[in-house]
Amino acid sequence: MNAFWTNLLPVGVLAASFLTGLGILLLGEARARARVVVNLFGAALKLALVLWMGWLTYNGTLIEMRFSMVADLEFVLRADSLSFLFMGLSSALWLITSIYAIGYLGNGPNRARFFGFFSWCITAAVGVALAGNVITFFIFYEFLTLSTYPLVVHSGTENALKGGRTYLFYTMGGGALFFVGLIWLHVLAGPIDFAEPSVVAGLPAGLQPQLMIIFPLMIFGVGVKAALFPFHGWLPIAMVAPAPVSALLHAVAVVKAGAFGVARVVYHIFGLDVLSDFGLLTPLAVVASITIVYGSLRALTQDDLKRRLAYSTVSQVSYVILGVSVLGVTASAGGLVHLVHQGIMKITLFFCAGLLAETVHVKTVSGMAGLGRRMPWTMAAFTVGAFGMIGLPPIAGFISKWYLGLGALEAGQPWVVGVLVASTLLNAGYFLPILYTAWFTESVSDDAQALPASAREADGWMLYPTIITAVLSVLAGIAAGAGWSPLTLARAVAAGVYGL
Amino acid sequence: MSETLMPLAILLPFVGSLICFVSRHRVSVFTGCVTALLTAGTIGWLTYDVAIHGVQVYALGGWSAPLGIHLRVDGLALFMMIMSAIVGVAVTFYAVSYFGEHDAQEEKRGAELFWPIWMFLWASMNALYLSGDIFNIYVILEILGLAAVGLVALTGRRAVLVAGMRYLLAAMAGSLIYLLGVVLLYAAHGTVDIVLLGQAIEPGATAMAAMTVMTAGLLLKTAMFPLHFWLPPAHASATAPVSAILSALVVKASFYLILRLWFDVFHATITLEAGYVMGALGTGAILWGSIQALRQARVKMMIAYSTVAQLGYLFFVFPVSADHDAANAATWISIAGQGSLYQALAHALAKTSIFLSAGVLLHAAGSDHIDHMRGLAQRLPVTVFAMALAGVSLMGLPPSGGFVAKWMTVQAVLAAGQWWWAPVIIGGGLLAAGYIFRILRPAFSPADVQEALHPVPRSLELCALGMAILSIVIGLRATDLLDVLLIGAPFAIQAGGAL
Repeated sequence: MNAFWTNLLPVGVLAASFLTGLGILLLGEARARARVVVNLFGAALKLALVLWMGWLTYNGTLIEMRFSMVADLEFVLRADSLSFLFMGLSSALWLITSIYAIGYLGNGPNRARFFGFFSWCITAAVGVALAGNVITFFIFYEFLTLSTYPLVVHSGTENALKGGRTYLFYTMGGGALFFVGLIWLHVLAGPIDFAEPSVVAGLPAGLQPQLMIIFPLMIFGVGVKAALFPFHGWLPIAMVAPAPVSALLHAVAVVKAGAFGVARVVYHIFGLDVLSDFGLLTPLAVVASITIVYGSLRALTQDDLKRRLAYSTVSQVSYVILGVSVLGVTASAGGLVHLVHQGIMKITLFFCAGLLAETVHVKTVSGMAGLGRRMPWTMAAFTVGAFGMIGLPPIAGFISKWYLGLGALEAGQPWVVGVLVASTLLNAGYFLPILYTAWFTESVSDDAQALPASAREADGWMLYPTIITAVLSVLAGIAAGAGWSPLTLARAVAAGVYGL
Repeated sequence: MSETLMPLAILLPFVGSLICFVSRHRVSVFTGCVTALLTAGTIGWLTYDVAIHGVQVYALGGWSAPLGIHLRVDGLALFMMIMSAIVGVAVTFYAVSYFGEHDAQEEKRGAELFWPIWMFLWASMNALYLSGDIFNIYVILEILGLAAVGLVALTGRRAVLVAGMRYLLAAMAGSLIYLLGVVLLYAAHGTVDIVLLGQAIEPGATAMAAMTVMTAGLLLKTAMFPLHFWLPPAHASATAPVSAILSALVVKASFYLILRLWFDVFHATITLEAGYVMGALGTGAILWGSIQALRQARVKMMIAYSTVAQLGYLFFVFPVSADHDAANAATWISIAGQGSLYQALAHALAKTSIFLSAGVLLHAAGSDHIDHMRGLAQRLPVTVFAMALAGVSLMGLPPSGGFVAKWMTVQAVLAAGQWWWAPVIIGGGLLAAGYIFRILRPAFSPADVQEALHPVPRSLELCALGMAILSIVIGLRATDLLDVLLIGAPFAIQAGGAL
């Protein structure tokens, strides 16, 4: 296969989900079976293409596609190891979530619109991963904002519309902040490819004051999607969306696009050397730490299950940012691997929340009494996810926390360990009561008693994806040392960034 | 080849207009479609020709300036004609189905008058872009204004006549004020030819006065804030294809003239202060227009105010170009000019699309009240999708024509050291998001009563969607169109104005 075709692979990866979305929208509402076939085929094809591209890159092929849009604006798609971390995660979970969503939505209204835009969201997320320069990143970042909107307001209720409005308000504002930083930097530095050493590293020292303003503009611009404090407010409200949206988009694709953006800004736009010279890394770590503790504290008091999980997401996504902002390979690897680990664990939890809401109509923590007996598989998966979040070995979350803590000590920042410990205690504080209620108390509420005795586990469309992601969470922890594990990839990325 | 193609671009729609005027409705429709395609083809051919041979001048009847009339085409004129051709073809085909659907008597009369006047308007726009002297331009401006007012008043309804009258008065006043400037220049320099004037003119009281009155007259015709009072009622009450033509094309024609005058005639006269005044007007337009758009209860009124706002972005080229003595000025002035014109194009496509969609809405639901958008995402998905796509371009989000325009404009103002315009340009995008989502949001809620929608011909929806897709696509690949725009270096300010 020659270079021309290889370089078109990123386009193929994007087209796989974009055309799937287009096809679904064109098929219309009525042709349900055709829609399922197109959707699953597209998702499987995309995953296969990503794996193929990964294999080629692993063997040393440089894959890059670029064309000029305007004079010095180029559209660049490039696959580096950091992209694979996010792209692999999104594509794999898209396939799993599609199966879940088919079961979840059943015969509900507007399914064509739902699955169509769902595919486009994934296109945008993978585009964010593949973007080779900051303009391309921005294009897909905004596309992600827009394509998520119809999913947030899917039910069309007053609440959903209000949630959608808040969502737009935050994310569009974030986009505008990022745009200001981006164009300012462009005027100073010209086109900004993601590269090592960074473009900014080559700028004259006199520009430092301006760069010190641009950095927070860009970080908070992407930080809005990563739900970085104090821009996290949209995430709990966006939980009005259907469960698959909360699971894949608001636990994985959208918030991770933000966290991924932070990594890009720190590593490939400004570069670690520049940022540590400017002394900007520690403030970023502090903001991330505040978010971690604050999110966990808020999660403690939520009775609504999805909102509790949402605040947990606020907290956990900042682990990634914390890892990125603490100097050293180990901490970076810990943060980056959490991109994947948090993704598979949190999607499991949200899948479970959706299962509970759909089968036994339980949406609150207090309503979960006795569910362990009624839905053992679902609650087992939930337990795995929750233990992982707390950081119990051998589940994936432990690996992230271990590397983060170790890295912080290596970097001479022991206070980070304090943050981790506090967060772990808080994680336990809001997850263990859920597990206790579900497994060890009898159902007392009227709602649950009113349920037919036969209301048990959901059908396979929804249950199997949940179990698969739970198993993946354990595997990623147990086999963290294997050559194909997320940890190995994250360590490779970190080593690359630190020039090792 | 150009000496044939230039007059042809004017004559074709003119002859089409005459045929439409004397023939029955069915023949008019056919003539309109054929003329639109032929005119677009001619402009395409002309583009090809100019891209190869560069700027072309054609003296009518062999008489050259200052005595004779001549036609001149450069990248800027071509760009405007291409824009008119794209919008023109889409609107023409939309109008075929749109006017074919109505049975009411007044609508029928409107449909018969639409074709001749629209073709005539198109001919006069092309004449304006090709014209090389400021007196001819005055004559064409009057004709253009009359044709536009005629289109607004098509149906003869009461509201339309009131809006049309207001429009007529504003247009006439604008042309007359402009004429005053023409007289001043002719008295001082004895010529009305743009190129000759550009060489002859010297900074001074006469030039300053002429520049002020000509610009003011044209600002009134462009509906530039705070002279926009006539636009919203006229654009909102006209029929959908007419609203599209007016918002997308007609207001840009007088903007084009301001640009021509500032760059080719008054380049030595413009001061930094004058530039800042224009920038301030642009700022006012963006803020005021957007805020008014946020407050409208009807979709078409909202879109009309959005036009007021979007015109503001065109005007940042003036403060940037006023600072023409600074180092590297030529580069950023060119970028600002490209940004401005790309905004004109992106807005033309997006606004055409959204007005055509509003026409679909009116046709289907019988009202364009925002509350009637409820549930439309389910019932008219193509139209809602087209509106959303066009909205993306209006918000200036990537990848769209609007984004490229905004990108270049912000880049130019930052490079010129006039950073204070940048927050306005970026904030304007957020305001645009505010009003676009005001109409999209109800579309996602379930409809209260499932009252039957009037069936909509597919072709109406597809015309709107096509324009919306185009407004996005021009953002993915802008280089080629911008290369056309730069033929003959329309944004170069040369000392002495020599060409």
